[in-house]
Amino acid sequence: MIEIRIHGRGGQGAKTAANFLAMAALEQGKFVQSFPEYGPERAGAPMKAYTRISEEIINTYAPVVNPDFVLVIDPTFIGTIDVADGLKEKGILIVNTKETPDEVKKKTGFDGEVHCVDASGISIAATGINKPNVPMLGALIKVTNIVSVESIEHLIKKKFLEKLGEQKTQATIDAIQRAHDEVK
Amino acid sequence: MSKTEAFTGADAASEAMRQINPDVVAAYPITPQTPIVMKFSQFVADGEVDTEMIRVESEHSAMSACVGASAAGARAMTATASAGLALMWEILGVASGSRLPIVMNVVNRALSAPINIHCDHSDSMGARDISWIQIYSENAQEVYENTILAIKLAEHPDVHLPVMVCQDGFITSHGIQNVKIFDDNKIREFLGERKPIKALLNVKDPVTMGPLQLQDYYFETKKQQDIAMQNAKKTYLEVGKALSGITGNTYDFVEAYNLDDAEVVVVTLNSTAGTVKSVVDKMKSTGKKVGLLKIKLFRPFPYEKVAQLLENKRAVAILDRSESFGADAPIYGELKNALYNANNKPKLQSYIFGLGGRDIYEEDIESVFNDLISNNIDPNKRYIGVRE
Repeated sequence: MIEIRIHGRGGQGAKTAANFLAMAALEQGKFVQSFPEYGPERAGAPMKAYTRISEEIINTYAPVVNPDFVLVIDPTFIGTIDVADGLKEKGILIVNTKETPDEVKKKTGFDGEVHCVDASGISIAATGINKPNVPMLGALIKVTNIVSVESIEHLIKKKFLEKLGEQKTQATIDAIQRAHDEVK
Repeated sequence: MSKTEAFTGADAASEAMRQINPDVVAAYPITPQTPIVMKFSQFVADGEVDTEMIRVESEHSAMSACVGASAAGARAMTATASAGLALMWEILGVASGSRLPIVMNVVNRALSAPINIHCDHSDSMGARDISWIQIYSENAQEVYENTILAIKLAEHPDVHLPVMVCQDGFITSHGIQNVKIFDDNKIREFLGERKPIKALLNVKDPVTMGPLQLQDYYFETKKQQDIAMQNAKKTYLEVGKALSGITGNTYDFVEAYNLDDAEVVVVTLNSTAGTVKSVVDKMKSTGKKVGLLKIKLFRPFPYEKVAQLLENKRAVAILDRSESFGADAPIYGELKNALYNANNKPKLQSYIFGLGGRDIYEEDIESVFNDLISNNIDPNKRYIGVRE
């Protein structure tokens, strides 16, 4: 079983990203769970969302303590909250930032595998708004292969085509692809 | 034909309600309501069901509207949580005392005060003696199937009682999981139309509902309610067997997990039963003889079945997610009752956990099993994860 933790702020779409990941994995025949950590729900407050993906049925409902992968959607968390808390030694940390993996390692104290991508910049360039949550999934997929890019793209089309129209949906898919290609 | 969806427990309940297509759903549309009714009202707006949706001004009114609809002969449903269930209290007894087969999804959440919106079982456990059948669900899949089963059980002529289908607040209600949804037509064929024995709208057979019964008849009515509750056990198994033909799953009063080999056992219900399964798997692989007994049907309570499965076990821990202040916790009390006449009584240990949404970790459950294994058992209530 793979466990993923996503750090974001209320309103940044960490929960949506966790859900998309679960839905994409389910479409590939996996067992999934995704859930946010429900605290006092306020826009802008730090929050976490989780995804579990497994080949076998997932029985546990215990909180995720030792994630395999951590995604940080908001760059201001680096050096301010312990985003690597409980992250497995062989785990992977992926951060939305213009900084380099070495700089992130220094600030977080996490010595394992770190990847960086400017998902905010990519999102603004592609869609005109700062919504790095879904592009971050492109980076996660590149680094971990946990689901296929096609499955996320298919899901985005299914969820957004009617609501956003073809142009905006394609822009979102482009942003995922760019984050996938540009993650370092 | 079935399809697997990424659903929350709330989605699963509303999906079951869509397939059931009840005649009437009455609900209070804001907090403490759940996404169940939000999603279901979308089905109504989109014309996917032909339910009469009544948006009422309180849960007291929601249950009152369900009572009226059900008495008229309609298939009536609602959903609630926490304070909403508490506000329904008076009418819960009207529904069961009038023998109305209303089905309600309950998302288990704490009661005030202090104000808290998170998971525990204080709401439905507080209503355990109000003559509603109570079925508890480990996951979203069980929520879906139990809701369908509940309709058939409630409306059965031998039962004719309302049913609550319970799930854990947030953990189940807001968490996405795989849920297998069965064919609309098969479910609808299984349920059929409600055929009321007596209905207010049947002018050819006029009846009085909710009359005054003082010293003359009230007592008999209450005795009949208990007989109906006792009947519900047999009917639950029958209806479950029929539903099994569609889902392939089994519907016993309890689920025994690795119980045959177990010397020590944890008893609990709802989502924590899933976490216990995960711990059982881990401890089993290191040679520990541990098992789980998950209670599915809590009202009526399956005393004989529980006793039969637990006698001869060495020790049993009962994990309650609600208090009975100054008394034995709800599930623990029933277990003690069930085992009173057993030949070989296991030692019992009561634990309270998770009130107001306090997290329960796998390590907590492992340490409960280790208490049982090392015979660290005493007559006092214990608390998991509480600060002194």
